[in-house]
Amino acid sequence: MEVFAMSKKKKTWLETNTFHHSEFWNILHLIEEKEKQGLKISLCIPTLNEEKTIGKEIIIFKSELMNRYPLLDEIAVIDSGSTDKTLEVAASFGADTYLSADILPNQGFKPGKGENLWKAIHQLNGDIIVYVDADIKNIHPRFVYGLVAPLIYHKKIQYVKAFYDRPLAFSQGIRPSGGGRVTEILIRPLFAMFYPELTGIIQPLSGEYAVRREVLQELPFPIGYGVETSHILDVYHKWGMGAFGQTDLDQRIHRNQTTISLGKMSFGILQSFFNRMQKYGSIEKLPELSHIYKHFQAQDSDYQLIEHTIKEEERPPMSTIPEYRKKFGLGKK
Amino acid sequence: MVKAPNTINDLLNSVVSNRDQLKDIREIILANLVMMGEIPAPTFQEEPRIRFFLDRFTEAGLDSISTDEFGNGFGFIRGTEGEKNILVAAHTDTVFNHTIDHTVRVESARIFGPGIADNSLGCAVVASIPQILQQLGIELKHNVLLMGITRSLGRGDLAGIRFFLKNSKAPVDYGLFVEGAQLGRLSYSSMGMLRGEITCNIPSEYDWTLFESSGAITILNEVITKMMAIPLPTKPKATITYGSMNAGNTYNSVPTSGSLHFEIRSEQAGMVSELQNRIHEIADEVSSNTQAEVKLEVVARRRPGGIDFSHPLTKTARKIQESLGVIPKIQPSVGELSALIDKGIPGITIGITTASQMHSQNENIAIDPMFSGLAQLVGILQAMDGGFCDE
Repeated sequence: MEVFAMSKKKKTWLETNTFHHSEFWNILHLIEEKEKQGLKISLCIPTLNEEKTIGKEIIIFKSELMNRYPLLDEIAVIDSGSTDKTLEVAASFGADTYLSADILPNQGFKPGKGENLWKAIHQLNGDIIVYVDADIKNIHPRFVYGLVAPLIYHKKIQYVKAFYDRPLAFSQGIRPSGGGRVTEILIRPLFAMFYPELTGIIQPLSGEYAVRREVLQELPFPIGYGVETSHILDVYHKWGMGAFGQTDLDQRIHRNQTTISLGKMSFGILQSFFNRMQKYGSIEKLPELSHIYKHFQAQDSDYQLIEHTIKEEERPPMSTIPEYRKKFGLGKK
Repeated sequence: MVKAPNTINDLLNSVVSNRDQLKDIREIILANLVMMGEIPAPTFQEEPRIRFFLDRFTEAGLDSISTDEFGNGFGFIRGTEGEKNILVAAHTDTVFNHTIDHTVRVESARIFGPGIADNSLGCAVVASIPQILQQLGIELKHNVLLMGITRSLGRGDLAGIRFFLKNSKAPVDYGLFVEGAQLGRLSYSSMGMLRGEITCNIPSEYDWTLFESSGAITILNEVITKMMAIPLPTKPKATITYGSMNAGNTYNSVPTSGSLHFEIRSEQAGMVSELQNRIHEIADEVSSNTQAEVKLEVVARRRPGGIDFSHPLTKTARKIQESLGVIPKIQPSVGELSALIDKGIPGITIGITTASQMHSQNENIAIDPMFSGLAQLVGILQAMDGGFCDE
């Protein structure tokens, strides 16, 4: 049986810490506030063979958020060793380009997106680093200012995640999503069971987020698929739910992934998840498992957390049922 | 602010350094191109693109930012003297509809996307003119009216620009139309043109036992055969282009309706009308032979006309192109310039860069030649402003 109800606590966090990028349209005001606080902001785009989309991202961010409105202090591409023209294209439009292997050479090089994000903390100078994936086809300045603005306007917020949750259009093989399948099939059920409060984060796996340096420098970085999940758990344990913000960036169009590659991704995420469970002592003392499953329902820009009570009841083996034993002559047990 | 050139030679001497200086705002122009190019704008549905124009004009602090009844978008750069008005405009509509993926792809040297050359680039350039003038420190004496034009292509039939020219309260003294491609294009005259649709409908009570009664395709074929037999003059040249044809759905059912789209062009006054009459007769003749309904509808028409090759405006524009190493390619226009010519206003159409695979999904433009195209545009604007284009 399913019971629908609203969680009051979640709603409050949702109300105060969930934003829509259109709230921050006034970039001039945002820049004024940034300058008042003396903040520097760096954009980091981690790449591996992204020549098809990187040029557009650099052009848009450089034109709109450096030349026209000086919100960004640096635009850096940190690459894991692309074999295509990613770095050449990025450099030709004025981005700073780095090979991940060249940063902190004494620490060695591990191939993976998390490695690039981690080394960015050392290489870049910003007080805020905003990470944006390179595979966004419908790139727009909102992907940066929408994430940075909550940090500039709200001192308590430390870590702002993007989410994409708008009416979707399917045309010509484009499949918009916010990483939907792994989130809905793996992450949300895991969070609902072990960390119910975290289900308030609508898209925990989105690759776009802005974070304060003070927080970034204290976080370990899985170098593979688990980086976003472990960040959420670590930030939650250390700074609490109030440290998170999330911004609706409307639609995001990117490459669609095969189910096989989502399987690999899920396996990596599960490793990070159980590492954290171990670290925080949750494996030995499993918390009481929750029977409440939470997901989102959106109506215009109003996001509601819907709760379902899902209790998996069980039947014993048929051989333990007297009537069955009698019918099939199994004798009394 | 840079001092306005006193002579045409001063102006010609500045265009090359202008080209170099414009490279510093490359990302601003390209970002406008990417954003413009990703907004679908089939004819009659240009509103989102016009909105983008207006946003850009607002950010640049222009005056009189507005739209008119036909959806055209405007921004006004007030001149220091404001005696005359220069119209700088680009048609905003493209030949691609909403269902086409409008994602723009950027490579180091080229940018790809449907309509990227025709005419997203023209639009991006017009939207960037405030930044271009600011970058070069240029202040003009005359007013500049920047305009995103709606309803130009196909069945739009230049309705947007015609509406504006008919109803504008301020007189337009010069017109400069911006097309994305090709660099070197210089149109100063309008070609006589007619676009027509021939439809063939077979009535439901049609007698299929009639000789040669094999449906709309064969009837349209007969029309085409007869049209191709019309002798076309070679000097001045006249052409008939067969642009598209639609009929039938399957292998084995006889279609009962079909249509043929064609365009006639000629530089000779009266020739287009003469050819139109011939085609009309052909339609009537085939209709009576086959008892199917064969009709000619004229979708768009332009009159031939324009300024001369030796007009100071064309002469100066050629000199500016040549001083940038651009080879002028004279070609008569059937676009917005025709509407200006109908009003007797001197004007030209220019292209900004080189492009290839025009009107395909892989349409693309070269980035580097764009700076010559932009320096050319600025030079022509300054020439209009400095009185170097007056007769």
